[in-house]
Amino acid sequence: MEILYLLIPLSTALVLLILGVFAWALHRGQFDDLDREGERILQDEAIGVDADQPRPVQRTEQSPTV
Amino acid sequence: MALSSRSTAPVYTDDPVRWFALATVLWGVVGMLVGVIIAAQLAWPELNLGIPWLSYGRLRPLHTNAVIFAFGGCALFATSYHVVQRTCQTPLFLPWLAKFTFIGWQLVIVAAAVSLPLGMTQGKEYAELEWPIDLLIAVIWVSYAIVFFGTIGTRKVRHIYVANWFFGAFIIAVALLHIVNSAAIPVSLTKSYSAYAGVQDAMVQWWYGHNAVGFFLTAGFLGMMYYYIPKQAERPVYSYRLSIVHFWALIFTYMWAGPHHLHYTALPDWAQSIGMIFSLVLLAPSWGGMINGIMTLSGAWHKLRDDPILKFLIVSLSFYGMSTFEGPMMSIKTVNALSHYTDWTVGHVHSGALGWVGLISMGSMYYLIPKLFGRKDMYSVRAIELHFWIATIGIVLYIAAMWIAGVMQGLMWRAINPDGTLVYTFVESVKATYPFYVIRLLGGLLYLSGMLIMAWNTVMTVRAGKAAVMTVPPVAAAHA
Repeated sequence: MEILYLLIPLSTALVLLILGVFAWALHRGQFDDLDREGERILQDEAIGVDADQPRPVQRTEQSPTV
Repeated sequence: MALSSRSTAPVYTDDPVRWFALATVLWGVVGMLVGVIIAAQLAWPELNLGIPWLSYGRLRPLHTNAVIFAFGGCALFATSYHVVQRTCQTPLFLPWLAKFTFIGWQLVIVAAAVSLPLGMTQGKEYAELEWPIDLLIAVIWVSYAIVFFGTIGTRKVRHIYVANWFFGAFIIAVALLHIVNSAAIPVSLTKSYSAYAGVQDAMVQWWYGHNAVGFFLTAGFLGMMYYYIPKQAERPVYSYRLSIVHFWALIFTYMWAGPHHLHYTALPDWAQSIGMIFSLVLLAPSWGGMINGIMTLSGAWHKLRDDPILKFLIVSLSFYGMSTFEGPMMSIKTVNALSHYTDWTVGHVHSGALGWVGLISMGSMYYLIPKLFGRKDMYSVRAIELHFWIATIGIVLYIAAMWIAGVMQGLMWRAINPDGTLVYTFVESVKATYPFYVIRLLGGLLYLSGMLIMAWNTVMTVRAGKAAVMTVPPVAAAHA
């Protein structure tokens, strides 16, 4: 099972990398305000709609990107 | 405001998204058609027609490559390019490179469709393509990573939305898996030998195979789930905090579960047991994610009644929950002794593939395609509803038939007379499976019919609309 000498170090290196990225994200404040971040994708209103397309006006419209 | 800012504001790079979305529908039809053909061949082997190119052994890898890498792959390219731009509020990094990934990926698909029926194969499940195609895949994948992470790097919003974490992990892991597992010594342009041998090769193959399921077919599609379910439901994900936990827990555990594909083989027992334990642990993050996605509709369940796209998205999650429960159970060695090598495995894979990967991709495409072509909805919303029901009935027929067939085969193979001889010959179990093969074919036919309805609906939507140009909205000062 010499292959484990490749796969186990590789997977361990990956876990260390994952830990590193997680630490980076944590310290850069990626997880500081989680409640608001979930909401934000619903508000990314795009500008520019073809004139002939119907467009609902409320904030939570189905297709902010149309 | 809309018109005045239009000439100066940057525009989202939606051409590659549009192309990949349409390719998803096309390859879905082709891949599922090949699946139906080989399902029919299992029931009636004469359908090989005596032509080597149409024999089961060659069409089966064509089917798996077409549905996973062509249909699923194009869906992942389309949605990741769309989601990363919208959540980072910036156009794609190096748009020409994104267009190159489209052309390159289609080239890979066509090369696969030609080489596999001709019998050119490395003989590794889900990694059959020969080395020149493998090299092309590696180049495209690196380009994909540059475009995706370049877009993240140039984002205008500080926070990286959770869907991007899933897409990013999928891109990195697949690059690593592909390069390690496809290592081979070429002897000619169309033939190569694996760099590993015997049980070593088997272990690398299933380290790859299992993580391809984990990162290609799970993490990538979870990225879709975390964007398109909140968008379609018009509600934030039930617990954003849980989605972060889901991500980190899932990617920590997945890498170690591969040995469960090699129970009772020459692989050392301790490696098999580790694979089993990590598979059982995986149940927790998987179900956390499933519950998180479904509970997004909490307080708005009525939307599920009226909105066929939400039906696709939410039912896909229930299949995700079902197959991520079934998988850990099947990884238990005593259960695996019964289930392995039977059609139960095929049923399990398709509960994940048709139910989870298929439905979440279709739901996401139904959300995405009309918007890409400047329309509010698909041409026919009732056709989406029809597609949903046909596909769901097809899946249920398929997986129920394979469960019964698989358990029956497992019991017949292990049945022993008092004198120690086998009760059944192998061919008796094949004969007993025949009706279930026919039911499976029926399920597959229904699923393919649904895909054809989607193809028609897509063509009509594209014909009635035109490619939409969408400007990047200004980033609010609060999170600039």
